[in-house]
Amino acid sequence: MNRLEQSFELLNENDGKAFVPYLMAGDGGLECLVDRLLLLEKFGATAIEVGVPFSDPVADGPIIQNAGIRALKSRTTLKGIITELAKARELVTIPIILMTYLNPIYAYGIGAFVQDIQNAGVDGCIIPDLPIEEEDMLVPQLAEAQIELIRLVTPATPLERIKQIAGRGKGFLYMVTVKGITGTRNLFQHDLNQFLRAVKELSPIPVLAGFGISSQEQINELTKYCDGVVVGSRIVELFEKNNLSEMEILMSIFNKNHK
Amino acid sequence: MKTYTLPNEKGHFGMFGGRFVPETLMKAILELEQEYENAKKDFNFHTEKDRLLKEYVGRETPLYLAENLSKYAGGANIYLKREDLNHTGAHKINNAIGQALLAVRMGKRKIVAETGAGQHGVATATVCALLNLDCIIFMGEEDIKRQALNVFRMELLGATVVSVSSGSATLKDAVNEALRYWVANVDDTHYLLGSVMGPHPFPTMVRDFQSVIGKETKEEFILRNGCLPDAIVACIGGGSNAMGIFYPFIKDKSVSLYGVEAAGQGIDTNFHAASLTKGKPGVLHGSLMYLLQNDDGQIQEAHSISAGLDYPGVGPEHSYLKDSSRAKYYAITDDEALESFQLLSRLEGIIPALESAHAIAFAVKLASEMEETQNIVVCLSGRGDKDVDAVKTRMEKGKENESFGTIL
Ligand SMILES: Cc1ncc(COP(=O)(O)O)c(C=O)c1O
Repeated sequence: MNRLEQSFELLNENDGKAFVPYLMAGDGGLECLVDRLLLLEKFGATAIEVGVPFSDPVADGPIIQNAGIRALKSRTTLKGIITELAKARELVTIPIILMTYLNPIYAYGIGAFVQDIQNAGVDGCIIPDLPIEEEDMLVPQLAEAQIELIRLVTPATPLERIKQIAGRGKGFLYMVTVKGITGTRNLFQHDLNQFLRAVKELSPIPVLAGFGISSQEQINELTKYCDGVVVGSRIVELFEKNNLSEMEILMSIFNKNHK
Repeated sequence: MKTYTLPNEKGHFGMFGGRFVPETLMKAILELEQEYENAKKDFNFHTEKDRLLKEYVGRETPLYLAENLSKYAGGANIYLKREDLNHTGAHKINNAIGQALLAVRMGKRKIVAETGAGQHGVATATVCALLNLDCIIFMGEEDIKRQALNVFRMELLGATVVSVSSGSATLKDAVNEALRYWVANVDDTHYLLGSVMGPHPFPTMVRDFQSVIGKETKEEFILRNGCLPDAIVACIGGGSNAMGIFYPFIKDKSVSLYGVEAAGQGIDTNFHAASLTKGKPGVLHGSLMYLLQNDDGQIQEAHSISAGLDYPGVGPEHSYLKDSSRAKYYAITDDEALESFQLLSRLEGIIPALESAHAIAFAVKLASEMEETQNIVVCLSGRGDKDVDAVKTRMEKGKENESFGTIL
């Protein structure tokens, strides 16, 4: 069993919910990445999603777009990120998931990429522009390295397809809560609960909700129907403002619930 | 090459193409593929499309033997396929009509599109006016400056033009924004993509809608000359006018196919848009294709005097045709295109689009190396009215620099 499966097993035993924060590697300089990962672990993260900056992030809203631009300006590369993650692996015990668009991987070379992230102790990958129709170019190598591909479903995904997608993975299913791009939102579609319930029913693996989640109220509401949340834009924003106390409060949500 | 059946059922042209899009769009592009397959078999769909192409666009377009230009080049005869004479002034409307009719079939009455030069935006806005569809066009801030008149045209036609300031603020960034918009509005909106790029089925569908250029060319040429032309030349932005004129000739091995990219300030500078000449395979905007990118896989900005060629990628089918050597690709600089822009105006009384001027420049070189008994057809993809202002500014600046030089 890999680190991802173990974490969810543990969570399950304690009846807990997952909090997976996202940060943009290289935002604030690549040299602070390890410290930030340690901080997120200390604040109670179940796993961490590490974003790789890309020049053309079509699935992302302005907050993550701008973080990517800052990271690229400070000359962040995928190679540099993997080097830092290898250092982090000595200190960070929770799963690390790399979130990257496909082209940086393709330019790196798929074989070299899988080998290097395996050596760096990366546990999973999320690739927002790699639908199941195209994943054969990467999944066999990832599987051999025991790295999970985390797949996404969205409110635009038909139920039959959700079943098909959920059945392929072992880590968790990433359930996009909106028809849209990343970014903080105040309101979700009124019929979201129904969708969450349906996905949860269809999925043999844990289901985490993500995209647009920024407040404890939203998290409490959503986790009635799923196993946890991914919080991206809000965490990126709080890192940029260096508002760590707010981040700690937001991330303590499940500790409080279960005391 | 006796048979040519690409792409395969997954939309792959060899290693290129595919469907590299966020999951939110998968349902829409699978539906689009299905609907396109149905429409292809529907007699009424073709009848309606062909009626509009004839009565509204003014097809078929002439195949014109440019004798003065041929004489100037001193070699092969140069024919011009006059796509500049289409309604709205370029080939883009062939595709816009096909896709808009498809959108109506799917019950989608909202259209989003990207535009570079503004030609595809104008074509889309025009068809939306005709069919009473809502239209929103994303356009780079930089291109809005370069093509102010086309922005006004789109607005006159009832479209909303949204300025995109992210990245290089040109065509690539307009596509990013249009894709983001589509992700958020996919239920009731069709993305009317303007070239042979993007996820399957777009490269195939746009090629098919543009193939009317090559079909007409072939029929007319054979009718007049009793043989096939020796070479076809077309400029390449995303590659739709080129695919449109190439496609009906792909199986005819005796016909050489030449695509002409923008070399901008030169392919050995950092300021060009020569994706096939200088790029590497990579994934952008839903497709695996040749791409201008750095070693880390970050997409580089393209540069060309012509907004319609200013794109760091190129359609997957051209990527395949390059690797299989069925077509050959060359690059023409800004200066060479400017010269041809003036040359065709003076010699033939035809002011070409700056995009098409790239094809003319290459065709003149090619013709001079061929025999007088041989024939070249150039796809004159658009007219130059939209570029007259920019060329004027550029020529005046050139003169200033010259006189500056003599003073120094
Ligand atoms: C007149 C003209 N020719 C060519 C192009 C390039 O597009 P494509 O390569 O898809 O034909 C454009 C794009 O705007 C155009 O306006």
